Amino acid sequence: MARRIRFVEALREGMRQEMERDPSVFVMGEGVGPHGSCFKQTENFTNLFGIDRSRDTPISELAIAGAAAGAAMMGMRPIADLMWIDFSMLAMDQICNQAAKLPYISNGQVKTPVVYRMTTGKSKSNAAHHSGSFYSWFINTPGLKVVVPSTPYDAKGLIISAIRDDGPVIYLEHKLLLNNRGEVPEEPYEIPLGVADIKREGTDLTVVATGAMTVFTMTAAQKLEKEGVSIEIIDPRTLMPYDKDTILASVRKTGRLLAVDEGYRYCGFGSEMVAMTAENAWDALKQPPRQLTTMHTTIPFSPPMEDYVFPNPDRIADAVRSMMQS
Amino acid sequence: MDTITQIRLLETMLRVRKAELQLAIMYKNGKVPCAAHLYEGQEAIAAGICDHLRHDDCITSTHRGHGHCIAKGMPIKKMIAEVSAKKTGCCGGKGGTMHLFMPEVGVMGTVGIVGGGIPIATGIGLAMKMQNTDRVAVSFFGDGAANNGSFHESLNLAALWKLPVIYICENNLYATSVAVWRSTPIPDIGIRGSAYGMPGVTVDGNHVDEVYAAMETAVARGRAGEGPTLIECKTYRIRGHFEGDDAFYRTKEEVAEARKRDPIDYWKAHLIANGAITEETFEAMSAKADEEVAEAAAFADASPYPEPESALLLSGNPA
Repeated sequence: MARRIRFVEALREGMRQEMERDPSVFVMGEGVGPHGSCFKQTENFTNLFGIDRSRDTPISELAIAGAAAGAAMMGMRPIADLMWIDFSMLAMDQICNQAAKLPYISNGQVKTPVVYRMTTGKSKSNAAHHSGSFYSWFINTPGLKVVVPSTPYDAKGLIISAIRDDGPVIYLEHKLLLNNRGEVPEEPYEIPLGVADIKREGTDLTVVATGAMTVFTMTAAQKLEKEGVSIEIIDPRTLMPYDKDTILASVRKTGRLLAVDEGYRYCGFGSEMVAMTAENAWDALKQPPRQLTTMHTTIPFSPPMEDYVFPNPDRIADAVRSMMQS
Repeated sequence: MDTITQIRLLETMLRVRKAELQLAIMYKNGKVPCAAHLYEGQEAIAAGICDHLRHDDCITSTHRGHGHCIAKGMPIKKMIAEVSAKKTGCCGGKGGTMHLFMPEVGVMGTVGIVGGGIPIATGIGLAMKMQNTDRVAVSFFGDGAANNGSFHESLNLAALWKLPVIYICENNLYATSVAVWRSTPIPDIGIRGSAYGMPGVTVDGNHVDEVYAAMETAVARGRAGEGPTLIECKTYRIRGHFEGDDAFYRTKEEVAEARKRDPIDYWKAHLIANGAITEETFEAMSAKADEEVAEAAAFADASPYPEPESALLLSGNPA
């Protein structure tokens, strides 16, 4: 029986083990030093690795992102902490125009093995500049991989794979999941990028959900079970590239797809799931594929409004029920 | 500066000049598929800076980067073939005029976003320091990029961490169509070094001896682990922003005046006056550069285009 540890501890352990194994791995970002990062992701790293490898920076997102790419081109494996996905917009040129594209335009002569870590998603009244789920922007940039773990086990295995990957990886930590506990082996292990996990087996309807939406859907699934509805939950874990085969096999089995996406509806990951399913499994569908997303609005501060705009377990259950009626 | 170095600088400037003029012709003849940004008139900077660099030192550069690549050691034929969109180019046709790479000689990329290469060079310098080497990184950029946030964030970081990076601002007076005096109220960008606690100097970028001397100091400082330097090289962009730019935003008289300060004419006169060369040796050097460039153009011309489907190699397309 493996230990049960928190998501943030699993993430930290994965980074620590990689830094112990490979001297080219280091962390840089605002507050990753003695402070140990916003959510203690790098707690004690300064004592373990010194200030050079647990490298505090000024609040210079663009320079953090670009310097990480430059260092990576020279054989380092930086983990660049941009804190919040909302702050990555200050670094978009360096992530999307530089780190993502330099390996391609150089025809493979340079590599940019950077992990860009950011927290993502809803929290408690974090409001407009600290609640984003903008992963579809990165999915829309060829050259980037995008990882969103939903369990402590996945958090550790995916950070290790992300660090070992030879290209730039966007690694997103959902704020509502950081204190969740789960079984995590002590030894290092990889979870291959691009491989989904079936979080719950079911027969009536497939839900593709990521990050905290996976947990919300699990809650909804327990209610629905009592009503005699059996849903299968697929967590892609990697949104680019995503595990088309596992998702399609599930949809072919159940005949129904609901994509639950904390991002927005238009040109998002959820709409990609609907489009991909329609293109590839039309013959197997008993119902039009649907998506449930965050409403198309800036995220408000006040809790009643904030709660209103995000998907939640009740709303997921309602969406499933409506798809089961007809 | 010894005579051999003086002559080598002239040779580099001639090679860069001839290559650019060749590309201007190739563009007119439809051999180059996109209007290139040519470097004519700024050759003293690439020559004077890169002469101090070893193969294991690195540069990043800009949309106007052909000259930097040549001065850093990229064979002219690999550059011209790439700008001609051929398979034999330094990036196999994936990069083109604004995206040139050759890590084996330290060309870590010319980039098409103004200011985009400055943080990259800073990170290269960070790696060089963390790896305990005495290598240095150089970032070439223009007066336009000096008003971009990437300049500020990068120079602050490099000074803070004492990184071996030399920031070369080529002030050619125009950021695309906007004159530098319409972009910043500061007469000399070099003084911005003091804002970051690093040396900042301004030199005549058309005088290769001045550029060379400033870089000598900066490289020694970088290799000794003492930190970065900002060098502003004042020059003039003789051609339009790109080939085919009408450049109505400046007068023909202004350009004609600038042509009188040609960096190759200056250095040639200097070397003839001090006896390093004669008019005959200059002609021989010029002919040799012509020959190299003609061979490079013929190589590019004879080279095949890449296979269309090779576009997806390295693309990240999940298939």
